[in-house]
Amino acid sequence: MKYVLLFVDTEQFAADLAAMDEPERERAYARVRQWFADHHDRITHHTHLMPPDTATTLRLDRGEPLVSDGPFVEGKEIVSGYAEIDVADLDEALRIARSWPACPVVEIRPVAG
Amino acid sequence: MSRPTHAELARVVRDHAGRLAASLVHLVGDFTAAEDLVQDAVEAALTHWPVEGIPERPDAWLYTVARRRGLDQLRREQRHRQKLALVAWPPEPQPDDRLRLIFTCCHPALPRAAQVALTLRVVCGLTTAQIARAFLVPESTVGQRITRAKRKISEAGIPYRIPSPDDLGSRLAEVLAVIYLLFNEGYLSTGGDRAQSRDLADDAEFLAALLHQLMPTEPEVAGLLALIRLHRARASARFDHNDEIVQLQHQDRSRWDHQAINDAGRLIARAAAQKRPGSYQVQAAIVACHAEAARWEDTDWAQIAVLYDMLLHLAPSPVARLHRAIALRYVTGSSAALAEVDALAGDLNDYHLFHATRAELLRDVGDAARARAADERALALAANPAERSLLRQRLTWA
Repeated sequence: MKYVLLFVDTEQFAADLAAMDEPERERAYARVRQWFADHHDRITHHTHLMPPDTATTLRLDRGEPLVSDGPFVEGKEIVSGYAEIDVADLDEALRIARSWPACPVVEIRPVAG
Repeated sequence: MSRPTHAELARVVRDHAGRLAASLVHLVGDFTAAEDLVQDAVEAALTHWPVEGIPERPDAWLYTVARRRGLDQLRREQRHRQKLALVAWPPEPQPDDRLRLIFTCCHPALPRAAQVALTLRVVCGLTTAQIARAFLVPESTVGQRITRAKRKISEAGIPYRIPSPDDLGSRLAEVLAVIYLLFNEGYLSTGGDRAQSRDLADDAEFLAALLHQLMPTEPEVAGLLALIRLHRARASARFDHNDEIVQLQHQDRSRWDHQAINDAGRLIARAAAQKRPGSYQVQAAIVACHAEAARWEDTDWAQIAVLYDMLLHLAPSPVARLHRAIALRYVTGSSAALAEVDALAGDLNDYHLFHATRAELLRDVGDAARARAADERALALAANPAERSLLRQRLTWA
C-alpha cells in the first residue's frame, strides 16, 4: 500500500534550525540523508519544498483566475516536503515515520487508487 | 427451552460474537465485511432467542445465520463473491484469534470513542443501539463513529494483526486504556440518571479477563483485571436501598465478595513477581489495601501512601496526587494533607472531588465556613446523580 508522508515544519523548528551553527546544521542534514538511505527500498520518491514565502497561489473558483503571493494556508505549521512510501500497511508506515529525524510533525495519508 | 434473562442473553452473545468475528475475518479476509455479518447474526439472535430460547449450540446458530446473510449478500455484491463462497459449514476450528481483533479495534490511528464503540461491537457483540444506550448518546452518533472507523481501517490500511514486539508495549497500553475507560464509564457513569450501568463494567471485566487469558505473561493486563475485580467485589456495598452512595468508611464489609478479593490479591502477587511494575498493578495494589482491611480502622494508610508515591513515579497526574493527599490525612494529619491539596488548585479547580476532599479537610481543621463553600463548589461540578446526592446531604447536615 502506498502512503505519502507529509513533513510539516513549525515556527519553533525553523527557529531551532536557524540558530544552529554550521557543523550542527550539517549533522542535522546528515541525519535526514541517513533516514532516506535507511528506507530507500520503501521510498518511491520524495521532494523537499522551498520555503512558503516562495509560494504563489492561484484561485480558479472566483470567476477570473486570481493569482496571489504566498501559500494557500497561512499558518504556523507548513508542509515542507513529502516522501511517498510503498509498505504493507499503516503500522509499517508509522514505524518508518516514527524514525524521521527532522521536522516535528508528519502526516500519513494513503494514496488513492 | 425457557426464556433467557437479559443477562444470560448478553453473556451468551458476548462469549460467541468475538470468536465468530475473528473466524469470519480469517475466512473472508476482510474486517469490515466480517463485522457486518456478525452484526446481522447478533441482531437476529436478539430477535429470536428471547422468544425461542437460547439454542444448544449458540455458536453454530450464529455462524449459520452469518453464513446465510453472507450468501444473500453475494447476489447483491460481486466483490465478496469468491471469498464468501469459501465460507462453509462446519467451520474449521480456529485458534482463538480475538487478540488480533482487539488490537485492530484499539488501533491508535482511530479516535478513542471509535475504539471503544468498535471494541464493544466487534469483540463483545453489542449492537449499535445497546452502545448508544450505555453511553447515553444518539444511536446515529454511534453508527457514524463505527462506519467512519471501519472505513478508516480499510482505506488507511490499518492491519489485522498483533503488533510487532517493538510496538507491543505502546499498543497494549492503548488497549488497556480502552478497557479502563469502559470500566469507569460502567462503574460510575457520569451522565444520565443511573448511577451504575452494570453492563459496561461487566463488559470491561470480560475484556480484561479475555486479554489476560490470551496474554497471560503481561503483568499490566493482570493488574487491570485485578483492579476491575477488586472494585466489582465491593460494588454491592457501594449503594444503599435508595441508590445513594455509601462512602468507604461506612460500607458493610460483610457484603463484599471476599473470595473475589482474595483471588485478585493472588493475581497481583503473581504479576508483581515478574518485576515489571506498571500503573494498573499499583492501582490494583492500592485498592487491595482497602479491600483487605477487615475494618476501616485497620486500613494500612502508610502502605497506601507509599503505593501512591510509586504511582506518581510511574504515571504522574494531579488526580493521583489528590488521592495521595487523602492517604496522608491518616498518616501525617489533616493540615499536611490540606497543604498538599491546596497546591493542586491550579490543576484541579474544575474537578468536583478536589473540592469535596478540600471540604472534608477544612472541616477537620475546624474551618466550617470555607468547608461549606468547597462543598457547594463540588456540588456545582459533580455530574453523577449519586455523587450529587451525597454532597447535597453533606451540605444539609454539616
